[in-house]
Amino acid sequence: MTVSQIDEEVAKLLELKAQLGGDDGKQTFVLKTAKGTRDYNPKQMAIREKVFNTIVSCFKRHGAETIDTPVFELKETLTGKYGEDSKLIYDLKDQGGELLSLRYDLTVPFARYLAMNKITNIKRYHIAKVYRRDNPAMTRGRYREFYQCDFDIAGQYDPMIPDAECLKIVYEILSELDLGDFHIKVNDRRILDGMFAVCGVPDEKFRTICSTVDKLDKMLWEDVKNEMVKEKGLTEEAADQIGEYVSMQGGMDLAERLLHDPKLSQSKQACAGLTDMKQLFSYLQLFQITDKVVFDLSLARGLDYYTGVIYEAVLCQTLQAPTPAPAEQNGAVSGEEGGVSVGSVAGGGRYDGLVGMFDPKGRKVPCVGVSIGIERIFSIMEQKAELSAEKVRTTETQVLVASAQKNLLEERLRLTAELWNAGIKAELLYKKNPKLLTQLQHCEETGIPLVAILGEQELKDGVVKVRNVATREEVRKASQKRGWGNVCSAVEKIL
Amino acid sequence: MTVSQIDEEVAKLLELKAQLGGDDGKQTFVLKTAKGTRDYNPKQMAIREKVFNTIVSCFKRHGAETIDTPVFELKETLTGKYGEDSKLIYDLKDQGGELLSLRYDLTVPFARYLAMNKITNIKRYHIAKVYRRDNPAMTRGRYREFYQCDFDIAGQYDPMIPDAECLKIVYEILSELDLGDFHIKVNDRRILDGMFAVCGVPDEKFRTICSTVDKLDKMLWEDVKNEMVKEKGLTEEAADQIGEYVSMQGGMDLAERLLHDPKLSQSKQACAGLTDMKQLFSYLQLFQITDKLSAEKVRTTETQVLVASAQKNLLEERLRLTAELWNAGIKAELLYKKNPKLLTQLQHCEETGIPLVAILGEQELKDGVVKVRNVATREEVRKASQKRGWGNVCSAVEKIL
Repeated sequence: MTVSQIDEEVAKLLELKAQLGGDDGKQTFVLKTAKGTRDYNPKQMAIREKVFNTIVSCFKRHGAETIDTPVFELKETLTGKYGEDSKLIYDLKDQGGELLSLRYDLTVPFARYLAMNKITNIKRYHIAKVYRRDNPAMTRGRYREFYQCDFDIAGQYDPMIPDAECLKIVYEILSELDLGDFHIKVNDRRILDGMFAVCGVPDEKFRTICSTVDKLDKMLWEDVKNEMVKEKGLTEEAADQIGEYVSMQGGMDLAERLLHDPKLSQSKQACAGLTDMKQLFSYLQLFQITDKVVFDLSLARGLDYYTGVIYEAVLCQTLQAPTPAPAEQNGAVSGEEGGVSVGSVAGGGRYDGLVGMFDPKGRKVPCVGVSIGIERIFSIMEQKAELSAEKVRTTETQVLVASAQKNLLEERLRLTAELWNAGIKAELLYKKNPKLLTQLQHCEETGIPLVAILGEQELKDGVVKVRNVATREEVRKASQKRGWGNVCSAVEKIL
Repeated sequence: MTVSQIDEEVAKLLELKAQLGGDDGKQTFVLKTAKGTRDYNPKQMAIREKVFNTIVSCFKRHGAETIDTPVFELKETLTGKYGEDSKLIYDLKDQGGELLSLRYDLTVPFARYLAMNKITNIKRYHIAKVYRRDNPAMTRGRYREFYQCDFDIAGQYDPMIPDAECLKIVYEILSELDLGDFHIKVNDRRILDGMFAVCGVPDEKFRTICSTVDKLDKMLWEDVKNEMVKEKGLTEEAADQIGEYVSMQGGMDLAERLLHDPKLSQSKQACAGLTDMKQLFSYLQLFQITDKLSAEKVRTTETQVLVASAQKNLLEERLRLTAELWNAGIKAELLYKKNPKLLTQLQHCEETGIPLVAILGEQELKDGVVKVRNVATREEVRKASQKRGWGNVCSAVEKIL
């Protein structure tokens, strides 16, 4: 049988099954979400909205556009891009049509989008959920459906300017989100590779030694060295030499020094990387962000796709020590399980070869980008909200229209409509004759700051009292004599 | 064949397909999206953002909260909820865990959310994509992945007030989106059922007659009547009586009239529906129409000023000024070239709609000024003094904006 004959047969059989009522149609009500997924309640949505607004404002301030892609791709699109992690991809059932899989990250769809539309230059951000069949650790925050927030600059440009802008953006976002102190480590794939070369690491072991070095943020040097020598077969001498380099941190001065390092300067790659690192730091100085950026030779970041500069932003302290960080869900491209340290909130780098993989002619589109660890940030903000006395509002209502006696529904409806027409956020209770206390309680529970109270006597006198809910003070007596419009203006002035 | 025999057959065929290399894992250059899905490019995203902003503002103005749910549910959650349409649900492959399906709408997840959290009262909106394995018609807009934008009020309240607010919201949104003239039709299930009853439609045919009546917006009355009589077995008399009722349109006056209709008033259901319809219209009268918005040019970025250089070797100054602008919260860009041509920089402004350009020039910098130009008119808007630092230039730009 050919593939399409099979598809036809399958379709017929499934049709028959449906007729037989194969979904036996019993109406169970299953009260759970799928493993590794969760609903967002209104409080969480309010926090999420604030975080997104801050981040998106920053992207827009830097002139970025945005795109969106479908939640699933053709299976072939994702095949061969994620190495070992491919087993974590969610496939859709073969229902007789194309084979599909849920997107695993936003980078491969981005590369497909560029190649499909023959785009050579774009500065884009993309915030959307991605899907990984991880085994969610018992630790909070390790989900199978989670947000990624990517920013990338694609195109051939003069070196290091876009790379510098990416770092400036990370700096701005982390500062504005008020997450406490942070620093950004930078390194370069070419410097790492050059370093391995001059330390005597055989070419074929570069990647595996790289992933061992990457563990330095979680393990002590002795254990890392042990792994390099005992498991990966390096000589002790080579390991020690690597050890000397990876303990180095600094700024432009370090790059300068290393350019004159007798050993390292023998590597052309390393020199190219170091020269660019100096250039990068000069731009970072002009962007006024060098106070938080460190050139750190131990930064490795699961380097399968990165071809140049790499970076990772780390918070200096976490709010609550005991809970292990839900960190490892930012910026993963093939081979990178998200090997980032506790407190990592953003990561990225330059990846010049990816888009070429999608283009039939292999045309290169150089890219540099960053992925913000937004789930980790949500988690921190949610904790902060819980700890602080300040209440998180889930609605933005500015005034409740209330009645003090019975039979005032009509007036309430009229006034509320006027307020809405004036663009003011207003509510009323869905009761013909609600008690005033109930209405005031609703304000207190949901944080509505003002209440406009309609009363029989007041209406005869042609006024509406507007009260501050928290202080119970009367803020204004608005005249209603010439129509509800006046009351609206009065409310607007208070707000 | 039984259901399980079918399952076996299907599994065998799919196994065979996999072996044939239906899924050959080769690194092909696949440059397409899945059937029935599409990317949104930046222009489309800009339009989308405007539409969502208008709609969400309206929801917020009415005091609604929002929630979000996962893109897939347990298959059991969706089972048995969609009748015939169940065959359009996307299932996930059984990879050894729970059986999952992509959500088909936002209503079933909403019901699950309410039950799971034991919520009795909520006013919520939810804007998210849903998934249906439709056969996309050649007509544009029939997608398999598409947005739904739902607003619901759950809870026990005095009759018709929340119902009226829903209509007010629809009215506000359609007005604000400036889509042209529109009208909203209202009816009531109880009035329909009552009408069918008094016209002699047997109980068990209510639903099927209902779906025939529903076709009146696409078919002529003669054809609808034909279907009722010839295909669904109604008497011609019954069909004619229905025909008289369904041609009626009006407002509160119609509801009042029908309450006194000798036939229809015999149905308790219909009376309840008509009484509520009167109540609804009285509330709709108290709620009014809103004003409309105007259309704007579609930009995909929001950049306010481009920092440009008129001669070579001014990258450092460009970088400094751009950083100051960003620090001041102004949306700014610069080209990623050390020595771009001025014309290229101005063209970039025109193409992307950036309204202002701050031009750094050798002579001007010696004189301690920066020229700020309106891109569209080419007029010089300001000469900002740079003598005491770039901060002044920032303030000057802020004043213009």
